[in-house]
Order: sequence, then structure tokens, then C-alpha cells
Amino acid sequence: MNESQFLLAVAGGLFTIGLLGVVIRRNALVMLMCMELMLNGVNLSLVTFSQQRGDAAGAVMVFLTFVVATAEVALAIPIVLLLVKHARSLDVDRYSELKG
Amino acid sequence: MLFMREPMRVALALITSMSSLGAVYGLMGVHFIAAFQVLIYVGAVMVFMVYVIMLLEVKEAPGSKRFSSYVVPGVVVGVLLMAALGAGMLRGPMSSGVLPGEGSGTFSLVEFSSAFLTRYWLVFELTTVFLVGAIVAALAVVNVSRRKQEGA
Repeated sequence: MNESQFLLAVAGGLFTIGLLGVVIRRNALVMLMCMELMLNGVNLSLVTFSQQRGDAAGAVMVFLTFVVATAEVALAIPIVLLLVKHARSLDVDRYSELKG
Repeated sequence: MLFMREPMRVALALITSMSSLGAVYGLMGVHFIAAFQVLIYVGAVMVFMVYVIMLLEVKEAPGSKRFSSYVVPGVVVGVLLMAALGAGMLRGPMSSGVLPGEGSGTFSLVEFSSAFLTRYWLVFELTTVFLVGAIVAALAVVNVSRRKQEGA
């Protein structure tokens, strides 16, 4: 196992932990943070591939991911605040009345 | 992150992992991405997140469950995903190194910025459109909460 395989394994591990957190946790803020962890894992794999190929395309993608992550947080946190005001809880199971 | 009950501890763990990722990027020789990782993720996103955690301070009931009812299928899918990723990673050709100083195609900041503003200019412009859309959506969310307050 060379270092790029190790970095890709770390990236896959980060992504898996983030996905597990989104699926199994009930706290809305923790789920948001786990999404950030998934984005971080993808970023690490993009940087690794872009370094491997010596191509700047991966780094461009990483920058776009930064923008998307920042916008996502800036939008998701007001929504979580609204939900907390509405249901007085961070537990996503309490939001089931929002079902259409 | 999966087992901590307090959101603040989860946030601190996430900040630690993001800073460590910044260090990894620095060691890989992509210093500008390391700087942006620390500045944007740790400096902006996580500060915002910690601020909101302190603002909300919603205590979970002591007897409340930490995990949703999808624990078992979630863990199974996670293990399967990790196995699939690992298998694909071990099968793929891993020829060149990624660390600087091995002479294998690491790129410079100059190369990155010229590619960003010439070859990928359309993506750059689309990002601005995306940001405008995000601002409009944030204003809409704020409007919803204001209308709700007036209604209540």
C-alpha cells in the first residue's frame, strides 16, 4: 500500500463515517456536521487524484466544493433554526409532522 | 463523532479532523488548498456551527435515544460501502506518488490559477450565479421566519 492508496483509504473512511452519521444519528446539527465530513472525504480524494495525475482539474473541483459547502451551511443552519423554533427539539423524528 | 452525545463535542471532533486534513494537504504540497481548508472550513463553517450550537442550547432529554431506528441497516450499508471502496482502491493502478519531491506531477499555484480562470472560467462564472441563488434562498428563509412571527 503506497501513500496514495492510504490517502484514498482515509478519504473513503471519512466518507463512510459521515454517511453513517447522517443515517444513524437523530440530532439535526450532528447530521449537518456529518455531511461536512462527507464533503471533506470527497475533497481529500479529489486532491489525491489531482496530485497523482498532475492535473489542476481536481483542485478546481475542490474549490467548487468549498463554495458549495459554505453555501450549504449558510442555508441549512437557518432552516434548522426554523425547525427548532417550530418543534422545540433538534430530534429529526419530531419533524415527522412536516411530511407532505 | 458517531457516538458522542453532545453536539459541541461532535463539533470539536470535526474541527480537529478538518485541521488535520489541512495539515495533510500541506504535507502533500498543495499549500493553497491547506490554507483554504483552514480558513473556510475551520474559520468560517465550523465557527458558524459552534455559534449556532451555543445559541440553540436545546438539551436532549436524558432518556432519549441517541440513534435512529436505521442503526442496523445503516451500519450494514456503511460496512458494504467501505468494503466496495477498499476493493476498488486496491484493484486500481496506483503508479505515481502524491508527495512533493518525488518528481511525479505535482502542480503549482500558478498552474492552478491559470487553469481556473482560463479553462474553467465557465464554472467560475456559474459559481457566482449559484451564490446569488443561495443569497436569495437565505433571504426567503428569513422571510418565512419573519412572517411566522407576525402570524403568531
